[in-house]
Amino acid sequence: MQVLYGRHHVRVFRFGLRLVRDEQIAEDLISEVFLDVWRQAGKFEGRSAVSTWLLAIARFKALSALRRRKDVELEDDAANAIEDTSDDPEVTVQKKDAGEALRRCLTALSTEHREIVDLVYYHEKSVEEVAEIVGIPENTVKTRLFYARKKLADLLRAAGVERGWP
Amino acid sequence: MMALSKKRLEQEPSDLETLLPWHATGTLNARDARRVEEALTRNSELARQYAVIREEYAETIGLNESLGAPSVRAMQKLFAAIDAEPARKPGASQRGASRIAGFFAALSPRALAWSASLGALVLLLQAGVIGAILLKNPPATYQTASLRLDEPTNEPLTRALVPHEPPLRVLVRFKPEARMSDITALLDTYQASIIGGAQGGMLRLQFAAGAVTRDDAARLIGKLQSEKIVSLAVPAP
Repeated sequence: MQVLYGRHHVRVFRFGLRLVRDEQIAEDLISEVFLDVWRQAGKFEGRSAVSTWLLAIARFKALSALRRRKDVELEDDAANAIEDTSDDPEVTVQKKDAGEALRRCLTALSTEHREIVDLVYYHEKSVEEVAEIVGIPENTVKTRLFYARKKLADLLRAAGVERGWP
Repeated sequence: MMALSKKRLEQEPSDLETLLPWHATGTLNARDARRVEEALTRNSELARQYAVIREEYAETIGLNESLGAPSVRAMQKLFAAIDAEPARKPGASQRGASRIAGFFAALSPRALAWSASLGALVLLLQAGVIGAILLKNPPATYQTASLRLDEPTNEPLTRALVPHEPPLRVLVRFKPEARMSDITALLDTYQASIIGGAQGGMLRLQFAAGAVTRDDAARLIGKLQSEKIVSLAVPAP
């Protein structure tokens, strides 16, 4: 278990943290994820990568935690915060740094969009693996990421960053 | 209505367009990767979108990497929870073994001594019978164990008894900071292998050295205990 934990806990933590946006909850989450793994080790069929299995459990637990916390208002606040700061001259200078702006907008995406962006770009999961983790059809995975990227472009445009797409 | 559906259709991404992020991360199958590669060379619009995707890819990694790692508290909480877990249900073979052990444990010392003596007597008798048969028909030359249908025989087939001593087994708890590579190196050094887990986050190791004396075992465990990545090493029950 220590070897498994050592190999995967940081990525599972980061995935959880991006969803719940609270370090304390994310830490509790990884303990719960690995405890579930310990309890259900016999049920792992080896058809998918261990990391895919862990991320699917982490996602389920993160969404349960979010439901408990009723995080919807927090998401709206984060999205609004991107637009609200646009008049601040200091922030305007920062926005010239497209990378910085992009990171801020990645944080402002909805939970549904954040998870799919992270699973594909950071955890480098294939279409099939994302479908397995999120529990949606493969075609929905593709279109959901497309619309997440469009939303990202909208947020960037609102923040004064034009990237030439869409 | 028609205009609305036409507009929606125009906004729908093409299949190739939706595959671009996976092409950037290298997780497409060979066929799709080839299709996307070909489309990128002839479609500048798609190539521009791909460049944007590569930026998103790099920044998403940067953002996630900046999140840091969980504290030791998370790991301590996990292993405390594992320690507090009730013992798992044993398998059928374990249940059988424990039933046999329970049977012998239930016998009184006197009954156990009598049973052991009787068992030894049976073994002695069996050895005597086998010895007598071998002396009566000494094998003259080399003989194979192939089956000969023309000469039915009642001679028992015996197998050489190889003295079998159980190998040394030790319960080890590695320090939390021990990396997989450290553990693998230690196993190589000691010619040991992990044969199972146990309660309390300990691993059961078996040493390839075969049977060792009690002093050798104590020396080996002491040496193991002094390893940097080992927090506890005790003889396995």
